[in-house]
Amino acid sequence: MKKTIVLGVIGADCHAVGNKILDFSLSSAGFEVINIGVMNTQEEFINAATETNAQAIWVSSLYGHGEIDCRGFRQKCEEAGLQDMLLYVGGNLVVGKQEWEQVEKRFKDMGFNRVYPPGTNPVEAIKDLEKDLQTKVK
Amino acid sequence: MKAVLLIDFGSTYTKLTAVDLDAEEIMAVAKSPSTVETDIIQGFNQALALLEEQLRKVPHEFTERLACSSAAGGLKMIAIGLVPELTAEAAKRAALGAGARILGTYSYQLDRSEMKEINESRPDIILLAGGTDGGNKDCIIHNAGLLAEMLPQVPVIVGGNKKARDEIESIFRRKNICFCISENVMPRLNVIQVEPVRETIKQMFIERIIEAKGIKKVEKIIGNVLMPTPAAVLKAAQVLADGTDLEEGLGELVVVDIGGATTDVHSIATGEAVQAGVTLRGLQEPYAKRSVEGDLGMRVSARSLWEAAGSKKIKKYLVAAQFDIEGRCKELSARVDALPRSPEEEEFDEAMGAVAAEIAIERHVGVLESQYTPNGIIYSQTGKDLQNIKYLIGTGGVLVHSKQPGMILRAGLSREENSPYLKPLNPKILLDKTYIMSAMGLLAERYPDQAFRILKRYLEKV
Repeated sequence: MKKTIVLGVIGADCHAVGNKILDFSLSSAGFEVINIGVMNTQEEFINAATETNAQAIWVSSLYGHGEIDCRGFRQKCEEAGLQDMLLYVGGNLVVGKQEWEQVEKRFKDMGFNRVYPPGTNPVEAIKDLEKDLQTKVK
Repeated sequence: MKAVLLIDFGSTYTKLTAVDLDAEEIMAVAKSPSTVETDIIQGFNQALALLEEQLRKVPHEFTERLACSSAAGGLKMIAIGLVPELTAEAAKRAALGAGARILGTYSYQLDRSEMKEINESRPDIILLAGGTDGGNKDCIIHNAGLLAEMLPQVPVIVGGNKKARDEIESIFRRKNICFCISENVMPRLNVIQVEPVRETIKQMFIERIIEAKGIKKVEKIIGNVLMPTPAAVLKAAQVLADGTDLEEGLGELVVVDIGGATTDVHSIATGEAVQAGVTLRGLQEPYAKRSVEGDLGMRVSARSLWEAAGSKKIKKYLVAAQFDIEGRCKELSARVDALPRSPEEEEFDEAMGAVAAEIAIERHVGVLESQYTPNGIIYSQTGKDLQNIKYLIGTGGVLVHSKQPGMILRAGLSREENSPYLKPLNPKILLDKTYIMSAMGLLAERYPDQAFRILKRYLEKV
């Protein structure tokens, strides 16, 4: 059975190109992609995942405000009954130039399973996803 | 002469409309208080006697009789979904479009106290939705199980995740539940599909609900009851907007029906964004959309209208008349059969009608929000953009009896610049002066071309 992934851009961010690329990559890799497009609240990601019974949520952010937009996301998932949801986030996540390790740590502390810097090849993240989904099944 | 008798069993009045199909004319209309509680046929016979009185000199024979009904509280429904903004909302919209009165909307996995609440509200039909096709099925299966256990007497229509159908079917069969499986109201995320469920509701209404409400036994005399009355109004609106096989329609339109207990708004329009560069958000809206405002009405809901609008808003529409607005609204909601007896009281009714139209349309239409982003202002639209609809049509007692129906209906138009509400800007305004919208919706089931032409002829420009 195809695994379902909710994909979208968070906050007041309307960058649509990367979103289309990820949609294409995930679909080509055999996933059922629920693409909710640009400018979404956390609630919209969570509602979409609830109705579609998704296994993972992929959050993109390019405009630098991702850190504020993503705060409390994991807690809300838990509140909504999506206990072991895989949360991925990627893009230009913070304001200005900052150490990547620090950025990654901050997002992992927020409860994201995987964090990706700008310019990541989608193939890399998809490989991680397949691995994570397998461990999730176990 | 080939004449058709159209019957509307309302909660207060039984209304009859006689139509000459060849001449495409309304021959006569008559109404008499409904007698659903005792014997429904009494009220019908009284109205028929009034109608025949008018037709004394015209030789005629009714070759066909068609009826719609909102008697005995109308078609009372409960909508159940998973997420409130998604499948629960989609289920509600599907039921409203079928002409139902929504007693309540429920979401997520239900519990026993909610079941008790549903039972106490005495619904005629429960619409059970939840999950996209291939999406979540635990919730809808849980709810089906609970319904089968605790409410086995209420008919259920299933409009949820198709992957859960087999299991739900076996649960319901085991408990001998009356049910019907339809298509999913939200097959994919944010994509709404209401027509198949609406059709199933109509079928179940004809087959089961009519009987339960004691109307079935008189079908020999009154002809077939085809649909709930609000569905007939929506049908008339749709025929008028889209036209028929032979006739060109009027184009996108809105119908406002201001009644004693509720104000209904029907829009037949895609509602796509008028402005360029607007992103659409949220659940898709049905092309033929009906909304019901249970707190906006001329009599039963006069008090709640005041609560919703406030005295200032009502006062805005009062020119000469001086009233204790709060007191008058409370008085009217207690005396539901009160008719205005002076020019001042007429003016007060008109002001209430205008407020009902203003608020009901505001709630029906979509909203345009602007967000400030690092890339400048971005606009996003939730709901339908009805700015460019071509016609706004009014129906309901207050409009028919008013000397200035145009003023009441124009209260629903967009007035302020940069208002976030996407209300009609400059439509042509029509009035259902002869009160035939629901009758023509009925007629359109069998004779759409004639119904279309009669509507076009009898709606007056105001």
